[in-house]
Amino acid sequence: MTQADVVAASEEAATDPPTAPTRRKRRRFSQLTRRDKVMLWIIVGIPTAIHIAFVWVPAIATIVLSFTDWNGIAPVHDIRFVGLRNYWEIFTVFESDVFDAAINNGVLVVFLFVGPTALGVFFAYQLDKNLRGGTIYQSIFYMPVVLSLAVVGFIWKSVMYSPSQGVVSTMIGRTDPSNQIDWLGDQTHIFSIGGYGVSKNFVAILVAMAWRHVGYIMVLYLAGLKSVDPTLREAAAIDSCTEWQAFRRVVFPTMKPINVVVGVITVIEALRAFDIVFALKNPRGMELLSILVTDNLIGEGGGNVGRGSAYGVLLLLLCIGFITWFLVNNIRQERQT
Amino acid sequence: MSVATAESVAHLSPRAVSTRRRRLRPRDRVRRGALHVFLIAMAVGWLIPIVGALYASFRPYAETSDKGFLSWPENFTLQNYRNAWGQGEMRHHYWMTALIVVPAVIITLLLSSLVAFGVSRFSWRFNVVLLLLFTAGNLLPQQVLAQPLFQMYKRIPLPGALSDTGYMLGSTAGLITIHVAFQTGFCTFVLSNYMKTLPADLTEAAMIDGASVLRQFWQVTLPLCRPALAALATLEFTWVFNDFFWAVLLENQGRDRPITSSLANLGGQFFTDDNLIAAGSMLVAFPTLVVYLVLKRQFVSGLSLGASKG
Repeated sequence: MTQADVVAASEEAATDPPTAPTRRKRRRFSQLTRRDKVMLWIIVGIPTAIHIAFVWVPAIATIVLSFTDWNGIAPVHDIRFVGLRNYWEIFTVFESDVFDAAINNGVLVVFLFVGPTALGVFFAYQLDKNLRGGTIYQSIFYMPVVLSLAVVGFIWKSVMYSPSQGVVSTMIGRTDPSNQIDWLGDQTHIFSIGGYGVSKNFVAILVAMAWRHVGYIMVLYLAGLKSVDPTLREAAAIDSCTEWQAFRRVVFPTMKPINVVVGVITVIEALRAFDIVFALKNPRGMELLSILVTDNLIGEGGGNVGRGSAYGVLLLLLCIGFITWFLVNNIRQERQT
Repeated sequence: MSVATAESVAHLSPRAVSTRRRRLRPRDRVRRGALHVFLIAMAVGWLIPIVGALYASFRPYAETSDKGFLSWPENFTLQNYRNAWGQGEMRHHYWMTALIVVPAVIITLLLSSLVAFGVSRFSWRFNVVLLLLFTAGNLLPQQVLAQPLFQMYKRIPLPGALSDTGYMLGSTAGLITIHVAFQTGFCTFVLSNYMKTLPADLTEAAMIDGASVLRQFWQVTLPLCRPALAALATLEFTWVFNDFFWAVLLENQGRDRPITSSLANLGGQFFTDDNLIAAGSMLVAFPTLVVYLVLKRQFVSGLSLGASKG
């Protein structure tokens, strides 16, 4: 195919009457030659097979295995189904584990929304105004996002939270051995309801996680703000809206698709949180559902495939609604374009 | 909006060029000043952990523990880095990381651009189903897959050339596989959105001239996706490099873990020397920080592509 052909073809297309220009032209599958059809099946089929085999098969298997008492060693055909026993055990025998973890995960979600997610949106909104030095602010706030959560954990442990010489201790003057604070070890509750609560070291971890989360949300939201029609904001300014009104009544509603993305990502990140706690060797007070899954696999009580899977199903149940929300939002957008 | 996406990749802030800074009213100028003060304070606070880690990593522990962290430095030393490099067997772990990250990113981008091409350029029955499958798969918390995947890996045999153990568990090939399977979700989502913004006439013309499907992909569509591929490569590099969970789970022999998860081995050895931990963390963070500082635009546009879909 020569370049002239392409030009000719695109000129031909240009002379077509512009009927419904937004509608995409896509080749019908049935119009293809036999060879092309086979080729298309292969190039789409292989990646799909890999994705299904290593993501969806295990995801479904988690549900099935959660109804068994398999230890991971007995042959697969000997797996015995025990009904809801794992779930019953989780909520009676291991009640305190699962509630500690669930409370921490819940606190993490709420905290991420009212703290870092809100701050990230605020930064994005301000930086979208084309401030002087805006790119510098943006680079700085985004920098922690490129670090692994495990590295974030180690940096905060050694630099910020070191009881003897850390930045936080130094700033409040508590570095003396007589009055040191064990930031990452103190599991006394900051507030509690009937034996359950949020421990102080978990709060310390929340701050470290916030440091990384803000930049992530900021970049996502900034991308969305770029697509908001600037005349909307100008109109709001002419109608002498306050900044809060302009954001709340004008910008926020037009950003609905991005709001969903940010919301879903925040929830999923909270449920996925694992690295930082595991890297710090699972201190008591930092229980998470994700940690319970792996504890029943490679931890001291390993080999509990059934119970570990049941914890996995709990995670799945918590996130499935949000994933669906994301997908519905996506399809709706697709229809609009 | 689809046009805006393509545009924002070409040059990230199209509006930055068009809107000039307006002269502000006095009241607004005070406000703007207050905003800058706030942002500067936050930015300084944001830098403390990283700058602090750098500062600590160059100082002997004896000095900081004696005089405090915020003291004026007397000695600068590379000893912490030497110790971390040696004790952490960093050279070996870096090598293991390279063996995983490079193939994983290349295969992920190749496979996901193939799927994206299939679902965005042709209309057949499974378009929507496939996209939903990949998008949803990418959003699952990894721990949901952990238990069965571990058991699968324990039982799937691999030829000796690919695995020391003879099974997927504990092999580099196994880690590459799960990264590819998981990350194709995100990349397919982003790339198919991107490909939808490309003019359909191009492949149409190629097809009329008798180009096969594969040729349309390789010679027409893929070159046009270069900006998106560059952005995704940058993003995927950091994500795979930063992976901790899969490596801890599936590379159960600590010695052959990639660098990020090898930090888990170090925790015990470095137990009191905070400056040594700081140096170790900086060594692990270094490649991603460099990539970020050099390719910042790619990072931002990669995430933007995922968020504001076409």
